[in-house]
Amino acid sequence: MHNPQLNANGELTHLLSIEGLPPAILTQILDTAASFMEVSAREVKKVPLLRGKSVFNLFFENSTRTRTTFEIAAKRLSADVINLDINKSSASKGETLLDTIDNLCAMHANLFVVRHASSGAPYLIADHLRRVGRDDIHVVNAGDGRHAHPTQGLLDMYTIRHYKKDFTQLRVAIVGDILHSRVARSDIHALTSLGVPEVRAIGPETLLPKHLDRLGVHVFHDMAAGLRDVDVIIMLRLQNERMTGALLPSASEYFRHYGLTPQKLALASPDAIVMHPGPMNRGVEIHSAVADGPQAVILPQVTFGIAVRMAVMSIVAGN
Amino acid sequence: MPNPPNPLPDAELQCRALADLIRPHVARNPALVGIHSGGAWIAARLRELLGLPDDIGLIDVSFYRDDFAEKGLHPQVKPTVIPFDVEGRHLILVDDVLYTGRTTRAALNELFDYGRPASVALAVLADRGGRELPVAATWCVWDIDLAAGDNLVLERDDRGRLAWRLENA
Repeated sequence: MHNPQLNANGELTHLLSIEGLPPAILTQILDTAASFMEVSAREVKKVPLLRGKSVFNLFFENSTRTRTTFEIAAKRLSADVINLDINKSSASKGETLLDTIDNLCAMHANLFVVRHASSGAPYLIADHLRRVGRDDIHVVNAGDGRHAHPTQGLLDMYTIRHYKKDFTQLRVAIVGDILHSRVARSDIHALTSLGVPEVRAIGPETLLPKHLDRLGVHVFHDMAAGLRDVDVIIMLRLQNERMTGALLPSASEYFRHYGLTPQKLALASPDAIVMHPGPMNRGVEIHSAVADGPQAVILPQVTFGIAVRMAVMSIVAGN
Repeated sequence: MPNPPNPLPDAELQCRALADLIRPHVARNPALVGIHSGGAWIAARLRELLGLPDDIGLIDVSFYRDDFAEKGLHPQVKPTVIPFDVEGRHLILVDDVLYTGRTTRAALNELFDYGRPASVALAVLADRGGRELPVAATWCVWDIDLAAGDNLVLERDDRGRLAWRLENA
């Protein structure tokens, strides 16, 4: 089957989703990111790989952390970075997505970083570029709808590998609103692909997708049972808009059952790490004592995210 | 330049000869930087033979190569690790084979992103000619003439012994 992310040689030319990527490519990205961590630690935090290239950040949906870390990553690769806040530009005047892309291609774009509320938008762009013969332009998905957030998934894997070294002995729990979470989907595919033997999903029935077991995930509705002996806890943000619908009674009710408190964390393995993709809602999905505690690796995740995005952009731009 | 002898010379003996060439200059307390992977092995040998105090630096020039647009990023980039302060230091860049000079150029660019060294010398085991840039070795123990398609490769066996292998196109 044709994989739109790979070129004819099987090399990564777009990053659209972790699903369907060979484990060797995931490992290559993590290894390359480790080399970029060294670059970020020295006096001149730049390498000349993407000198003269233009990276367009196309954010059709709001984001601060992801957009900023992509921008820092591109600048550390010596690319020129253009940020387009599409809410305020052509799309609001009625231009179609692909017309916007064609115009940016005419401005000599080399790489698009795309965040879009519609699942599949980055695929549409990659497919369009192929049809118009622009195989030299690359697309990196920075989050599309409920579908995928592959660089977040990869930076989560980098974080886990950094602290736990080996994927093949781990129990990993993902907690919260998995139904609406593209991060959870990317994490599940990456964890499974890298050989994690036990992936758990913990949350209320209304926030867990059906058929998670088909992805090899163990489903728990009770935090105490789900957290027992896990090595890694990935907390998800509870989006405020979920509260207004019929999915949840209230934030305090949610916190009582699924908020990560020191008492609940004590059920996990004593050296378990706590991750969160941000932005955090303190007192909703996570207690401040945990978020600021010794087992939290939430801020290192952000730092690793820059190196991972440098790795992804430099790999796709070279293929 | 002579054609390749058969058998190829002993790389371990060549490391000793290279150390002998460098020894008169150790009073300046130089630091060694080996280019991944052969240069790093040689640098580790030279450090032992010369009794230098600092750990060796290791450079992988993948992020600085000039053929990124044609070849893309090398699939296995190793981290560059410079465990000493480059600023004001006398450095010896170490590689196994000097050929076009492009790797040396890339390594120099990367080193200067760590600071401004007092000087950089270049030590290599083999110089196979074919330069495409104005680069010359400060110390070299083996001049050899190879056809363009030939590839001279330094290898390290399980016991850590260095040896040459010649790949013919």
